[in-house]
Amino acid sequence: MPLAIWLTAIGIALVLASILGVCVGSVPIPLGDVGQVVFSRLGLGESAPALNGTIIWDYRIPRVIAAALVGAGLTVSGIALQGLVRNPLADPYVIGVSSGASFGAVLVMVFGSGALLGLGVSTGAFVGAALILVLVFLVAQRRGAFSDSRLVLAGVALGYLASAGTSFVQLQAKPGQISGILFWTLGSVAGARWNSLPVPAVVIIVCVLLMLTRARALNALSLGDDAAVAVGVNIRQERLILLLLAALCTAVTVSLAGGVGFVGLIVPHATRLLVGADHRRLLPAGIILGALFLVVVDLAARTIGSPIEFPLTIFTAVVGVPFFLFLMAREKRA
Amino acid sequence: MSGIELKAVSIRLANESIVHNVDLSIPSGAFLAVVGPNGSGKTTLLRAIYRAVKLSAGAIFIRDRDVSRIPMAAAARQRAVVPQFQDADVALTAADIVGTGRHTHTPWWAVQRPTEQDAVLDALQMAGAKELAGRMFGTLSGGERQRVLLARALAQKAETLLLDEPTNHLDARAQLELMELLSNLTLTRVAVLHDLDQALAYADLIAVMHAGQVVATGPPAEVLTNELTSKVFGVRSSIMKHPLTGRPHLLTAPLPDAAADVVPAAVRTY
Repeated sequence: MPLAIWLTAIGIALVLASILGVCVGSVPIPLGDVGQVVFSRLGLGESAPALNGTIIWDYRIPRVIAAALVGAGLTVSGIALQGLVRNPLADPYVIGVSSGASFGAVLVMVFGSGALLGLGVSTGAFVGAALILVLVFLVAQRRGAFSDSRLVLAGVALGYLASAGTSFVQLQAKPGQISGILFWTLGSVAGARWNSLPVPAVVIIVCVLLMLTRARALNALSLGDDAAVAVGVNIRQERLILLLLAALCTAVTVSLAGGVGFVGLIVPHATRLLVGADHRRLLPAGIILGALFLVVVDLAARTIGSPIEFPLTIFTAVVGVPFFLFLMAREKRA
Repeated sequence: MSGIELKAVSIRLANESIVHNVDLSIPSGAFLAVVGPNGSGKTTLLRAIYRAVKLSAGAIFIRDRDVSRIPMAAAARQRAVVPQFQDADVALTAADIVGTGRHTHTPWWAVQRPTEQDAVLDALQMAGAKELAGRMFGTLSGGERQRVLLARALAQKAETLLLDEPTNHLDARAQLELMELLSNLTLTRVAVLHDLDQALAYADLIAVMHAGQVVATGPPAEVLTNELTSKVFGVRSSIMKHPLTGRPHLLTAPLPDAAADVVPAAVRTY
């Protein structure tokens, strides 16, 4: 099927899911009221009821946007890393980002931001992710070049080290802090507010768009180093660019929403089953499918046990696996 | 102007000397066959021309430009490559793979344009593989894959074409078709070949490698003497006129003493 049709179809689904995400919640709000709130906040209509306004504008819209950004960012980073290290089991966390971020975030949560230079949880997470990334790059590189296997090995090893630190710090936590920590490490966009969105949004969008431009290079890299050199890909430079973009994008998604699991591993494969492995199709489709997936998962996470919220990772697998198994079965028949 | 020029090229891999002190000059537009026993350094030499391995000494020039001193994008316009092996465990179609050959020709935003798809189909057509365009690479036969890889190289529209054992995996007819196709191109061509007879029949020049060195170069009919094939390949040879085509044809036979060695003992006592 032509790419344009796929993109349109999942694009419409994304719009519908987002609208649903804004209307549905512990307080259901009719679509008409949502429109009223949005127009009044944009200065285009008369003022809306204050409570609805707060729920929709200050809570639901930012979290839907955050879910879409995180889903798209993790999916595209996953596609890039899987192509880069030529390993279908790779995901954005294989380079140690999420472990480092968790360590940073948990340190802030347990010892308080006062003890750590006044860092907030998300900044702590970003600093942790960045530190682990620098270490992984230093260990993995040889004369400025990255081989796929060294990168994965360094990422996994240092990731374990950071996880050890996280577990150790967790044991120092007071009982009341544990559920907050668990919530964070399993990922959530419940905390998304307008003022926390702009910086992550810009970074994620820029990284994703830049990764889009590397689609054909990723195709060539997926054929092997020799083939890539043969057609004129500067593999050293291309690897470095993709790696930095994927790492930065992932670090920012983790600082925004915690350790949302499964998305960066399975949504890339699901997209591949839908539109094929050509990165020129895979990357654009992955942006929309990843965003759609996490918007739906977030909706499930806050409505199924309403008014209790669940972390996202509990539902990424529950929502994702049946869909993924369906795609695998479909491919087998084809 | 020289098509490809190798000056005192030496290559070491993992501290082992693979190629030493090779000088070679290929005129523009000529077809050079590189032959030699297994492990003589042919593939390594070819990979050095397209910069997949580094030289430990010497320099390689394509049309008077040092291949190690130009950007990769410019290198891809200098030379296109048909490698010996391509991992088929990729979920890409033949057209996608040929499309990677256009890497340096079209910017990233233009890869979906119709002219781009035409360039891909033209290259597939030239390689006799147009009907394979939409097929998944992994489902193709060895010979079909080889034609797709040739199409990718042709899509690159480079000045020279490097091929590593291009007739591997091909059946008798496909081998001849490929060699005919190659001999009719006007590009400078370098092909590593195992079949001495094909080298004789189709190449303008031949370079014989032995233990990391080029031991003979020149027109194939002059180079491939019985003395040379005995010494380098361990086989006797004779050049005859092909009864069907009238072209020179190389016949090989085991060396007399080697022949005695390979006769099984049981047969000898009989």
